[in-house]
Amino acid sequence: MIPFVINIVYFLLSLALLLAFIRLTRGPSLPDRVVALELIASIVVGFVGVHAIDTGISSLLDVAIVIALTAFLAAIGFARFLERGTQE
Amino acid sequence: MTDIIVSILLLAGAGFMLLAAVGIIRLPDLPTRMHASTKAGAMGAMFTMAGVAFFFADGVVLARAFAIVVFILITSPIAAHVIGRAGYFIGTPLWSGTIKDELRDNYDSQTHTLRSGYEDSPESVTLPPKPNPDKNP
Repeated sequence: MIPFVINIVYFLLSLALLLAFIRLTRGPSLPDRVVALELIASIVVGFVGVHAIDTGISSLLDVAIVIALTAFLAAIGFARFLERGTQE
Repeated sequence: MTDIIVSILLLAGAGFMLLAAVGIIRLPDLPTRMHASTKAGAMGAMFTMAGVAFFFADGVVLARAFAIVVFILITSPIAAHVIGRAGYFIGTPLWSGTIKDELRDNYDSQTHTLRSGYEDSPESVTLPPKPNPDKNP
């Protein structure tokens, strides 16, 4: 039962990744793209979790932690960059 | 039994993430898109991590999954707040159907001071403190 469900979940997550990528390329302003990037990072965290179940390697959760951390730092950095750009 | 719980949690997580992606592509402007992506995306990641914890049923994995959930729960609102604030200040256009923008009139984006909007109203009972109070009472 689990492998079948994992296939469905892979499909749904890939679809979500595709939609977020469309917004990343089309996004009319830079904050839209940053929001899309953060959603992509969140989806990739889910992907890594599902892959950990698929392969049975629980160490992959460390990768998920690191991806979540980098996504947060990237969002903060982009926001600082946006606000700093308006003052000059 | 464990298979059923894990399957439900994984499907719920993937469904929430797909909803977040649909929201980010369908909604009209930055704050509504952020409203869809941050909350539903974080919910989806948390459901997936709950599924992982149930699947492995191990203390170490449970601790790691719990750490990821707590981290997402802390950082997702902060990132959303910071990006929304930056996006508002650099003048990202709102949706044409927006009917209320209280900050536009009351917030000075140069000095970052906020008025309540009721300083001059006759209904205000207590007078607001003056910015530069006189030395004489």
